[in-house]
Amino acid sequence: MKHTGSEILIETLIEQGVDTVFGYPGGNVLKIYDELYKTNKIKHITTSHEQGACHAADGYARSTGKVGVVIATSGPGATNLVTGIATAALDSTPLVAICGNVSTSALGKDSFQEVDIMGVTLPLTKHNYIVKHIQELADTIREAFLIAKSGRCGPVLIDIPQDVQFDVCDFKKKDIVSPIPAPIPSDEDITRAVEMINFSKRPFIYSGGGVVLSGACNELVKLSEEIDAPVGTSMMGLTSIPRKHENFVGMTGMHGRYAATNSMMNSDLIIACGTRFSDRATGNKAKFAANIPILHIDIDQSEINKNIKATHSLVGDLKYILPKLIDGANKQKKPLWHNEIQQYKEFEASKVVPQPDVMTPKNIIEEIQKYTKDDTVIVTDVGQHQMWTTQFYDFIKPRTLLTSGGLGTMGFGLGAAVGASIASGGKTVVLITGDGSFHMNMIELATAVEHKLPIKIFIINNNALGMVKQWQSIFYDNRFSCTLQHKKTDFILAAKAFGAKGFKAENIEELHSYIKEAFSSNEVCVVDCHISSDECVLPMIPPNGSISDIIM
Amino acid sequence: MNEKQHVILSVLVANHFGVLMRVSSLFTRRGYNIDSLTVGETNNPEFSRMTITTTVDEDTKEQIVKQLSKIYDVKKIKVMVRENTIEKELMLIKISITNDTRTEIMNAINLYMGKIVDLTPDTVTIEITAEQAKLNDFVKYLEPYGIIELCRTGITAIGRGNDKIFSLE
Ligand SMILES: Cc1ncc(C[n+]2csc(CCOP(=O)(O)OP(=O)(O)O)c2C)c(N)n1
Ligand SMILES: [Mg+2]
Repeated sequence: MKHTGSEILIETLIEQGVDTVFGYPGGNVLKIYDELYKTNKIKHITTSHEQGACHAADGYARSTGKVGVVIATSGPGATNLVTGIATAALDSTPLVAICGNVSTSALGKDSFQEVDIMGVTLPLTKHNYIVKHIQELADTIREAFLIAKSGRCGPVLIDIPQDVQFDVCDFKKKDIVSPIPAPIPSDEDITRAVEMINFSKRPFIYSGGGVVLSGACNELVKLSEEIDAPVGTSMMGLTSIPRKHENFVGMTGMHGRYAATNSMMNSDLIIACGTRFSDRATGNKAKFAANIPILHIDIDQSEINKNIKATHSLVGDLKYILPKLIDGANKQKKPLWHNEIQQYKEFEASKVVPQPDVMTPKNIIEEIQKYTKDDTVIVTDVGQHQMWTTQFYDFIKPRTLLTSGGLGTMGFGLGAAVGASIASGGKTVVLITGDGSFHMNMIELATAVEHKLPIKIFIINNNALGMVKQWQSIFYDNRFSCTLQHKKTDFILAAKAFGAKGFKAENIEELHSYIKEAFSSNEVCVVDCHISSDECVLPMIPPNGSISDIIM
Repeated sequence: MNEKQHVILSVLVANHFGVLMRVSSLFTRRGYNIDSLTVGETNNPEFSRMTITTTVDEDTKEQIVKQLSKIYDVKKIKVMVRENTIEKELMLIKISITNDTRTEIMNAINLYMGKIVDLTPDTVTIEITAEQAKLNDFVKYLEPYGIIELCRTGITAIGRGNDKIFSLE
């Protein structure tokens, strides 16, 4: 039987196991939306803006590990996806973006709403397509899913001109192909890695987002227990080990913990798992671990020696590799090493000023934590509030922190929270955002309210673009160019306008009662938490600095 | 070890729409310089073969190969070993001639084994295929006579003897 292109698209999505898509209709996807109207097998979440839809698909994918799907019309719809696609790319999220375009005969003529979205997204995607022949459509979609979820995950875009959505051809369902197998390191390479681990007296495990993505968190924790090594993480790797685990020393890097970065720099072996050694994590690359052997394990071979030279490397899936290392490694306690780390921790603790019972970021986040469960998804935007969340919230389970690490996209949060809540079947999701970031995409409150998603939003409101302002105070002599906010937005009224509940917390008593009220409600709640605009994120290692430059 | 070297890469790519852009955009985006890039279909129309030359250090060479192999349409990459490689470039070069210079130029063309492809009373256009260094010499030699214009294809390269890089399955 002959099927139209849009039927084939929907059928192939169903075949690929898709039951939820995010998107926004328009002229060049009318035919696709007509097909969505007819099916009850795919739920479509219409957001307020395509960027929000893309972040929602991303949040859906990050919280579940499934491929997120977003649909947008040509031209402005497609370009509105771009930030979302780049956000997904830099954090290796599996995503399939589908765009309509003008008909093939109208391509290249600057037709109404024509944009070469394949050209635009070429450097931002793992791969992308424009499908000009209906016969290629089904297999292209299948291949897109395969690429998105194989190896190091990432976004794939498919551009479908309008005439292809109408054209007809035969269609047969196919079975889902399992992801392209990851490379398997040789026995000799594994043996050498094991020897390095067994030789080390002061090993340090540095865990990145790849550990979470590969589902190898238990294996990572086990390795750390067997060889008695401390674990520090990048921001993306934060949920790879429970915060309260005795071997966890903290996040490393620019706003990481002193004990974590210092243990790393005083180790005699860094076992780096699923990380790209981003500049935010390493600081000055020349000074980073200059004389420490590095065992680098990653699924993407191009990460080996890209930012930091590895002494030895294993390319493959951590889920496969870590058990091999655990098998070979000597189980040995390392009390001397741990005593030393304990001293770093104590030194660090001595620098912590006791928090008076007032509106500080730490108090706010700790109060929120009283109401969340181990598996509650915490989403952040970008800025100081993001760093405070990573510093003060005790993450327990993998995939419970959704944050834009690689691209640092302000406005990511609310869309991602919508996606995560939809994915969980309507569970409570917490968004910790800033006044600046929330301004960017608060329009997705409309989506959250429409779908009755119990998202709890806490604006850490310093009435400033705090993170930028902090840099200005440290590196630009307090010249606060354009970072002090003079906006008059009433977030409570705004929340109400969208149909959400709004609370304003200006002191700790209000904070306690409103947080309680927010969590006992089933509705979308916005709690506007006012803090001083002078709060800083500390410690801080200045950009391109090293542990000796740390500001505590 | 980390001195810059002249590197020739042979890259087999799927003959898909946009593949040249994918490869060239990777070089631009990651800041690798391309000295030359040539591309043409192979005997199997599903594949094209690119020859890319660049001057980079060892670390960058390693990264280029790894990054290229992440492009989905790139099927195989080979770093050519110079001693075992035939590398050629084609140049068309147009020179002004006068009665005084005609003989000298003709001698040079013979010496360099160029071929005259067009001749008018005051111009001669030469086709010459050779290693890059030889072409450079030829250009330098002809410069005093007045080069009107020239164009070069960039290097294309193939392994010697049985050295087969790709099997086209
Ligand atoms: C889309 C985007 N634009 C600009 C920036 C640069 N930037 C990084 S943090 C920040 C301030 C964020 O302000 P806010 O959301 O209020 O968070 P705060 O730092 O105050 O907690 C800015 C402007 C960015 N990361 N993303
Ligand atoms: Mg702020």
